[in-house]
Amino acid sequence: MGLFRMPSLGADMEAGTLVEWLVKPGDTVRRGQVVAVVETQKGAIEVECFEEGAVEELLLAPGQKVPVETPMARIRAPGEAPTPAAAAAPPPLAEPVAAPTEAPTVPKPTAPPPPPSLAAGAGPKVSPAARRRALELGVPLDRIHGTGPDGAITVADVEAAARGAAAEAPTPAPAPAGPASPTAEPARAAPRRGFDPAEMRKAIAAAMSRSKREIPHYYLASTVEMARPLAYLETVNRDRPPPERLLPAVLLLKATALALREVPELNGFWVEGGFRPGPGIHLGWAISLRGGGLVAPAIHDVDKRPLSELMAALRDLVQRARTGGLRSSELADATLTITSLGERGAEAVLPVIYPPQVAMVGFGAIVTRPWVDDEGGLVARPVVQVSLAADHRASDGHLGSRLLAAIDDHLQRPESP
Amino acid sequence: MSAPTTTYRECCKQAIRAALLADPSVFLMGEDVGRYGGCYAVSKGLLDEFGPERIRDTPLSESAFVGAGIGAAIAGMRPIVEIMTVNFSLLALDQILNNAATIPHMSGGQFAIPLVIRMATGGGRQLAAQHSHSLEGWYAHIPGLRILAPATLEDARYMLAPALLDPNPVLIFEHIMLYNLEGLLDPAVTSVDIEHAAVRRPGRDVTLVTYGGSLPETLAAAEALAGEGIEAEVIDLRVLRPLDEATILGSVRRTRRCVIVDEGWRSGSLSAEIGMRIAEQAFYELDAPLRRVCSAEVPMPYAGHLERAALPNRERIAAAVRALLRPGS
Repeated sequence: MGLFRMPSLGADMEAGTLVEWLVKPGDTVRRGQVVAVVETQKGAIEVECFEEGAVEELLLAPGQKVPVETPMARIRAPGEAPTPAAAAAPPPLAEPVAAPTEAPTVPKPTAPPPPPSLAAGAGPKVSPAARRRALELGVPLDRIHGTGPDGAITVADVEAAARGAAAEAPTPAPAPAGPASPTAEPARAAPRRGFDPAEMRKAIAAAMSRSKREIPHYYLASTVEMARPLAYLETVNRDRPPPERLLPAVLLLKATALALREVPELNGFWVEGGFRPGPGIHLGWAISLRGGGLVAPAIHDVDKRPLSELMAALRDLVQRARTGGLRSSELADATLTITSLGERGAEAVLPVIYPPQVAMVGFGAIVTRPWVDDEGGLVARPVVQVSLAADHRASDGHLGSRLLAAIDDHLQRPESP
Repeated sequence: MSAPTTTYRECCKQAIRAALLADPSVFLMGEDVGRYGGCYAVSKGLLDEFGPERIRDTPLSESAFVGAGIGAAIAGMRPIVEIMTVNFSLLALDQILNNAATIPHMSGGQFAIPLVIRMATGGGRQLAAQHSHSLEGWYAHIPGLRILAPATLEDARYMLAPALLDPNPVLIFEHIMLYNLEGLLDPAVTSVDIEHAAVRRPGRDVTLVTYGGSLPETLAAAEALAGEGIEAEVIDLRVLRPLDEATILGSVRRTRRCVIVDEGWRSGSLSAEIGMRIAEQAFYELDAPLRRVCSAEVPMPYAGHLERAALPNRERIAAAVRALLRPGS
């Protein structure tokens, strides 16, 4: 018998609110399956299960807020006999704090869906004024949580959702995440349920204060010439349609991962007074959100995956950060975080480490600057400032320098990673 | 030196006195208005001051003395007819509907009927089911009548004069629980209109529409809600027919929520009419369902605790508002 518990989705998370179950008692679940949506200060997160077996009992109802580690469901391992109580009685769900707007008990129709005019009556309750406001703001109603009478969506709910959506829309998806571009599409994006920009600000404040309070940062920086990597990208992209083209961001990501293989002392966590190596090279990618706010979801096993796959993963991640589909494992387990300011960003960045990680790598904008080439001549070349902030408790500057040198080295050999 | 306080009852009396003094064609007529001084003591002392020609006790026949009032009005007098309570006015309903409300129209405007009928209305004094109902909403159904419901000292004092000047019949409903209402008559007010509703308390979160005897309870509910951070706007209808739609709709369009408080029964009622007009004209502005707080749909009980349970009160009004604004609490 296993217990599925409220996960910690970051060092600063103390409690989470169950938004909805994506499984029901009797369902078979496998490791890594998304089983629930949990609302945190970072917005609504899809939570994966790390048990294998059948859902025996759901211990939490949507709307309940519980501390991290509280059991949320009982999972029966394969081959294990069901417990008599659970087999005899339906799961004793606690009274929901806020009823979900969808009715999960309604059987799925097997017939073709009814015409929209009929289907409209079955949706969430929406006040006339809220419906009109949603139309004005371009906010889809189906993911807004209603707080009015009978759970109806009110004008205030729509406006809150619109503010949330505006705050969440990051830089355009294909660009490396950096400071938000004002041209990013506004409130059209589907609002994340229950997202609250003020809550996210509080979460960032807590994490960054803890970082600067606890972590003795040291900083290093190098300038890396980018002519060769950019030439490589041009060659690779020549035959690709625009959606499949590689962006410089993916080279920076991959080079950092390969460099970390050589300097594993910077890939991991500072916990209980000591360094604990990361279980893989899972790199957090800082995505800044419009209207303030930041998420740094992880891309897993970056060192082992080809560039095309990483590019797709990066695009997917930015897209999901915008629409609220980030998964629990992506938020919790980055082993090092990268911040890349993108083409409109500043030339250099001194990052603040995301605890309990021990280092953070920053890339400034790629800019053309005077450069002394191998023959001693002065030429104009694209360059990027690579910086490192590292935890001096876990490592020293010499090690940090090796990481920056290794990143440079891998960037100069993009074709043979 | 502090200004002397007065009562709603005294304001009603002074309104009649002023009308009698101002116009020799005005007279008061009704059951026990003379020697007894009126069943709610509104006309106490007027017989001595104005004599039996102008303060006329009538037989116990509502149909007869209302009909006489209509005739006197057609003949050029300005009668004030008092009916003890709205419950008894049903005996005169034929006169009021088939004659007073219709003759000016059926005669093509040849006959004006500048008649004022005053009556007491409402419950709360344990007078049981034949003396406690609020039927003013029924009269507000009838074209040709103007229906007034003074709920403040100023309205009790000053609504009568413009009512007497109106060439059409005007009915004034005085709620029995208001007669003892005490306070300072605003010296700055020397006249009021009989056209408009009044915003008695401004607020941004919800509109409470009420009138007459429910106004003090509604204001008390609004005060309690303010302590919880809910700002309720209170509208006193004052005029039940014709309804001042502009004031009601203007408020609801701002607050997007409305609770109608009416001591009448809800089925087929004035509250239903107001709710429907909001639905017709401000549907897209609404952010919550319309709600009503009305009397229980029973003949008004005699027993005090049952009567209290049947009538709208500040707790029920506040609870209805909370259910709209804080459904979780």
